Amino acid sequence: MYGGGNTFEKIKAKDPNEEDPILLAEFEARIERGEKIEPTDWMPDLYRAQLIRMIEQHAHSEIIGALPEGTWITRAPGFKRKLALMAKVQDEVGHAQLLYSAAETLGKPREAMIDDLISGKSKYSNIFNYPAFTWADSAFISWLVDAGAIVNQVANSRGSYGPYSRALERICIEESFHLKFGHHCVIHLATGTPAQRKMMQEAINRWWHPMMHFFGPPDKMSVHTDTLMKWKVKILTNDETRQQWLDMYVPKVWELGLTIPDNKLRKNEETGKWEYTEPDWEEFKRVINGDGPCNKERLAVRKTAEERGRWVRKAILAKDAHYVTPLA
Amino acid sequence: MNIEAIKNLLYKMADDQLILGHRNSEWIGQGPLLEEDIAFASMAQDKVGQSYTLYQMLNELGEDEPDKVAFLRMAEQFHNSQFVELPIGEYDFSLIRHFLFDTADYYRFDMLINSSIEPISLLARKLKGECRYHSMHADGWIKKLGNGTDESINRLQSALSYAIPYALGIFEESKMEDTLIEENIFGGEILLRERWIEHIDKVISQTQLVLPDLALESPHFGGRYGIHTEHLQPLLNEMSEVIATDPTADW
Ligand SMILES: [Fe+2]
Ligand SMILES: [Fe+2]
Repeated sequence: MYGGGNTFEKIKAKDPNEEDPILLAEFEARIERGEKIEPTDWMPDLYRAQLIRMIEQHAHSEIIGALPEGTWITRAPGFKRKLALMAKVQDEVGHAQLLYSAAETLGKPREAMIDDLISGKSKYSNIFNYPAFTWADSAFISWLVDAGAIVNQVANSRGSYGPYSRALERICIEESFHLKFGHHCVIHLATGTPAQRKMMQEAINRWWHPMMHFFGPPDKMSVHTDTLMKWKVKILTNDETRQQWLDMYVPKVWELGLTIPDNKLRKNEETGKWEYTEPDWEEFKRVINGDGPCNKERLAVRKTAEERGRWVRKAILAKDAHYVTPLA
Repeated sequence: MNIEAIKNLLYKMADDQLILGHRNSEWIGQGPLLEEDIAFASMAQDKVGQSYTLYQMLNELGEDEPDKVAFLRMAEQFHNSQFVELPIGEYDFSLIRHFLFDTADYYRFDMLINSSIEPISLLARKLKGECRYHSMHADGWIKKLGNGTDESINRLQSALSYAIPYALGIFEESKMEDTLIEENIFGGEILLRERWIEHIDKVISQTQLVLPDLALESPHFGGRYGIHTEHLQPLLNEMSEVIATDPTADW
């Protein structure tokens, strides 16, 4: 899963105007024709830097995203839920693996990316800095956060960088199962006992604002994205993805008799656009920069896992000093 | 056909798989490398899935439905070996447990292919394949880390020495053991233990690790009779945290 990312921050890279104009023109013409850029092809520095940041953030979001739901595997109610949630969270870790590999093709090793995650230098989707208190929170994530991820990922799979676009195609197939699973869980809670229903409504109330943040700051606030769109690094703007998601899922939430904690939320039939209360973008900035309810906890888990696992990684890199027989 | 003996056998297998699968799932997001997170998660699913199948068989033999049996019993009603309920600890212990348990598991299913009870034999044939991959995964890592650095060798050695008495507890005979053997339902724990020793000895001998002298070890028995460590009940409390709030609700 993945959200619109941190477009507040500028990126350090060579200005495209300083690139070789002939190579740049060829590069842009290829993208214009719908060709994919492959790892060994020439690419502008800014393109490489943006993609590394984007794919890396996406990969981090997958492993960090596995944590809030992961804690519900041991508590999932019944075999079917337990098995499905295990498979789902496993998929998310698999997505991280796939994405780190895609980012590595651009020249940044996985270890360096994970170091940057742990040091806080590199970001991940803001939504995972919020806690999953109940089983219904976990259901919300599986359904609606994954739905948001799908909107982003389907768009980005049409992007110009070959390895990322192919990874996303595969990921999207798995995400669609996550969404079905999540929807199934939410339906059961929403149509269940009064206590189950209440639990589901409370989860929606808690997650609504982080979910509106999920797609990133409004276009009018984002750092200039024209070049990124021209290069097909970004395919849809943050507002476009948010609108798509609202259009697909708000009716489905209402259909279940659940409410959404925003009394301004409605579809303007003239413009075809959803209107809503602008979420607090100062909070978004604060949380993405480390001051959310779970930032410390999430990174601590990752850091501990890295530290506890270091001896394993060292041992497999050891030059097989005592090696006896080949593996079966 | 002795239904009680069959149930006894199925229960201890199902409970082992469920509890170890549950434990292994705790590695998701915590593993030493992503590939191992995924491997443990995948094996956890196989194990919980296998336990589900076994509880379904028990259900057909008149026991309660799987969700009730698995999620709503108390610790003393569980027949798993104490080995599987121990916390995941560090990766060294989890890996050693994976190796010792899954080797036994593989040979158990291998033996059950010859069971006189057809549904058990058919199931064993099916599950043996999955277990083979688990066992191969464990063997590979034991050979790698058991020949890796001084630290990895030392860690695995201490984990192995700690785990062996618990692992021997897997082979605790149940009160129906004689019936199981006489009626050719299952070849018996002693035979299984022999095949297990042969395999682990072979793998360990290809590493820098030393297998403790099993004759000198006293196995941690009791699990098969509902006697457990202090770790099982909290695990079960966690597992039932949601479902127990309303066991009649549809989740
Ligand atoms: Fe994902
Ligand atoms: Fe997902």
